Amino acid sequence: MRIKLTVNGLLYERDCSEHHTLLRFLREELGLTGTKEGCGMGECGACTVIFNGKAVNSCMMLAAEADGAVIHTIEGEASGPTLSAIQASFEKHHAVQCGFCTPGMVMSVKELLSNKPKPSTEEIKDAVEGNFCRCTGYVQIIEAVSELTGANEKGELEHV
Amino acid sequence: MFDDIKTEDLSYVGKKAGRPDMLEKLTGEAGFVSDMILPGMLHAQVKKSPHARARIKRIDSAKAAALPGVRAIVTGDELDVHIGLYIVDKFILAKGEVRHYGEAVAAVAADSLEQARAAIEAIEVEYEILPPVLHHMDALKSDAPLVHPDLGSYSYVAAAFTPKPGTNIANHTKLRKGNVDKGFEESAYVIEREYSCPSVQHVPMETHVAIVQWGKGDKISIWTSAQSPFTVRNLFAHAFGISHANVRVQIPYVGGGFGGKAGIGVEPLCAVLSRKAGGKPVKFQASREEEFSLLPCRSALTYRIKTGVSAEGKILAQHMTMYWDSGAYADYAVNVTRASGYSASGPYEIPNAWLDAYTIYTNKPYGTAYRGFGHVEFHWAVERHMELIAAAIGMDPLEFRLKNALRPGSKTMTGEEILASTGNVVKCIEEAARRINYGTLSDAEKAREKKTGWKIGKGVAALQKAPAMPPFTATAVVLKMNEDGSVLVNLALTDYGQGTYASIRQIVAETLGFPLEKVKVAFENDTDRDPYDWQTVASKGLLLSGNAAILAAEDLIKNAYAVAAEALHANVRDLGHDGERVYLKHHPDHGVRFASMAVGLALPNGNGIGGPLIGVGRYIAQGLSNLNKETGEGNPALDWTFGAHGMIVEVNEETGEYNVLKIASIYDVGRAINPDIVRGQAIGGMMQGLGTAICEGYIYDQQGRLLNPSFTDNKIPTAKDLPLEIECAVVETPQIDGPYGARGVGEHSMISVAPALGNAIQKATGAEITHMPMRFEDVWRSIQKKEPIDNWITKSPIGSCRSAPELRTHE
Repeated sequence: MRIKLTVNGLLYERDCSEHHTLLRFLREELGLTGTKEGCGMGECGACTVIFNGKAVNSCMMLAAEADGAVIHTIEGEASGPTLSAIQASFEKHHAVQCGFCTPGMVMSVKELLSNKPKPSTEEIKDAVEGNFCRCTGYVQIIEAVSELTGANEKGELEHV
Repeated sequence: MFDDIKTEDLSYVGKKAGRPDMLEKLTGEAGFVSDMILPGMLHAQVKKSPHARARIKRIDSAKAAALPGVRAIVTGDELDVHIGLYIVDKFILAKGEVRHYGEAVAAVAADSLEQARAAIEAIEVEYEILPPVLHHMDALKSDAPLVHPDLGSYSYVAAAFTPKPGTNIANHTKLRKGNVDKGFEESAYVIEREYSCPSVQHVPMETHVAIVQWGKGDKISIWTSAQSPFTVRNLFAHAFGISHANVRVQIPYVGGGFGGKAGIGVEPLCAVLSRKAGGKPVKFQASREEEFSLLPCRSALTYRIKTGVSAEGKILAQHMTMYWDSGAYADYAVNVTRASGYSASGPYEIPNAWLDAYTIYTNKPYGTAYRGFGHVEFHWAVERHMELIAAAIGMDPLEFRLKNALRPGSKTMTGEEILASTGNVVKCIEEAARRINYGTLSDAEKAREKKTGWKIGKGVAALQKAPAMPPFTATAVVLKMNEDGSVLVNLALTDYGQGTYASIRQIVAETLGFPLEKVKVAFENDTDRDPYDWQTVASKGLLLSGNAAILAAEDLIKNAYAVAAEALHANVRDLGHDGERVYLKHHPDHGVRFASMAVGLALPNGNGIGGPLIGVGRYIAQGLSNLNKETGEGNPALDWTFGAHGMIVEVNEETGEYNVLKIASIYDVGRAINPDIVRGQAIGGMMQGLGTAICEGYIYDQQGRLLNPSFTDNKIPTAKDLPLEIECAVVETPQIDGPYGARGVGEHSMISVAPALGNAIQKATGAEITHMPMRFEDVWRSIQKKEPIDNWITKSPIGSCRSAPELRTHE
């Protein structure tokens, strides 16, 4: 079937297979491979994109459902060469290790901050609970987000 | 390679210096194998065994072959390629017999994923189901079925391993020190206990994936999500009898490994499909379910420890028996057994020691390396044992640990003498205890107990680990100067998230005396381009490759000085340099720019001198030796990294629920080259260790079918599982042969998290838990003094995995 959608501000009109997920459509049809598949079952959050303003698991939606939708993926997060505030804070706080969960994580944080500019630490944890990260242990991610809210949960390695 | 320079006198080492891979990873530009599509690429799927043990009577792929888009079907019968790291015991596809649930028996490559899946469905396999041997302790019984009846005919690394043909024992590691009988005779107390833990999954967020193209003239190109490009190449070349020169392995960004991608994985499978499909590239990506059962896991362990202690609380003798569940194949599990064997006491001095460690084949998915390489599992036992001994002899557990901890002059179980420069476990233990205010409850904690009715307990656990690697492990680093005087660093140690390249960049910039921005460490490794590295494993990368990087930087400077000396008509001894140029120290304005020399210096008359500037650093581990196979004597340890965790937990005694209120982790890292990365490794590993401690584990039914190969049924920690408070600190006792004094710490953070939790729970409730994970129902049963439920091979899958706990703030 033919669908029309806006991704990262660009309008696309494409044929898509009825059974293809939105994740597969973004990666294979549009070449937006920044969004990852970690489980394909809606459990890990690596495929999180912003769909009409809401963070969703794109592996759990059909591409067909995206007809007329406005979607935001990691590829649209930086403005040209300039990292977004979320990305810059992730960089500063070492909130990235292998990087595979990062695009989805950034999308969940983006939704959180767009709805709630000053979330508490508990609210940050709630927002990224569905995004598994096996490398960082989440702390540096939470610190990166909390700096954006002005809370500044700073953590440093201490020397004994 | 340690010069005694204080961190404040260094430019980059020990300082905040960022990571070089952030931009790519934060924008989605970093390319992973799972993102790659090659022209003409086929998609592979595998037919998996629904049985743990069965004879393959017939495979009929005629219907599948007739389906549209199917380009190749391969079954085990047509392949005669054995693969193996230490014991060559595995076929690419099961041949004759399947040995575990989820094992691949046939594979298909087709134009599309859907076509490949349809073809897999159409393949008919007829099995004769055989009784499996599931529990590793059952596999030792004399009437147990043999998982590998042909064990005696397999080739193996004889210098390190001892398989026992005619049994299910893939390896028997021995260690004998002193006189154990005498030690027990002189002991006032003898305490014997058994500890255990199930298999768990690594869970890299990117599952195993590879693309292989079997080109004309048997030239093979491999793109893979793996940790060790040269090990993939070496094992592949050996397995297929092809020259190493014909095999090229490329590794782009890798979405996590944790040991699960240390060796060779799905590459041979893709290769045989590509060969059969006329050389088209073939991609296989494991599903999350396949990651659990087709690919390897961490071995289960049963560890029995008997300890003799003097009236004063000194350990006099220890008898240790480790039973490691290898699953269906030996892979890394035999080496986990060996490395755990020589480290099996933890960071304590055992004057008289007797150890037998067995790797045992069972009909389950096979065990491999996993962050900690056995040390997470056996430290669970050792550090719970220390706690239980202390309770039994009426001594405080912290005092008991400190009394027996390794100190300068102590001998390890292999006879290695601990030096002041080896590291300071005593300081780590004391600091961990101090940070949780061990031994007392503060007024706030008492008030919290009163308010909630939950009991607060505090526990400490120590840890040690040295890299498990051949004693002659080597690596190389090559520096190439670019036309503008910037430098490119090539090495085949991979960085799959742990951040070693950030530290290498700092080491190179520091040693060259160049600005950090002038040094680029090349991601995306390639065996055709990078110098050799053995494997990215064992927390050895920073030490070995860091030293090679120092040598490469010094070599580059030496080569630049040779050109400058000629150009400036100077003696090299009188030359100095900064980040821009080489100059005469006594006439600093008389010099020559690195950029001018980078690709050969052109003289005013057009003559050239020098040539492209390159620096080569080669480093091989020093002073290590094979272990005596009868006594375990020898020097296996490149470096010992010691550490300790302090844990505060609150427990609801009525329900077994608990919350981790605080964890403080201390490691003696020698020197923290990049403090933010050390902290990232410390917290990331701690959380992975907490997952192992609180909920993770493989659950099988009585037929050996894996019941929980998904995140719904096999939880891993989320952000909601974080302890309320986390502290990380480092002790810095310089490693004399470490780069700028540093030693590895990548795996260590995961070790001993579980026993610290178990010890804290015991302090709070008296529960003597000996099996991990500690699910709420396990804690409850232990408090109630009920027998633990061993539901890892279950009759009824109950209480399988708990949901993430809601952290109570009690406000």
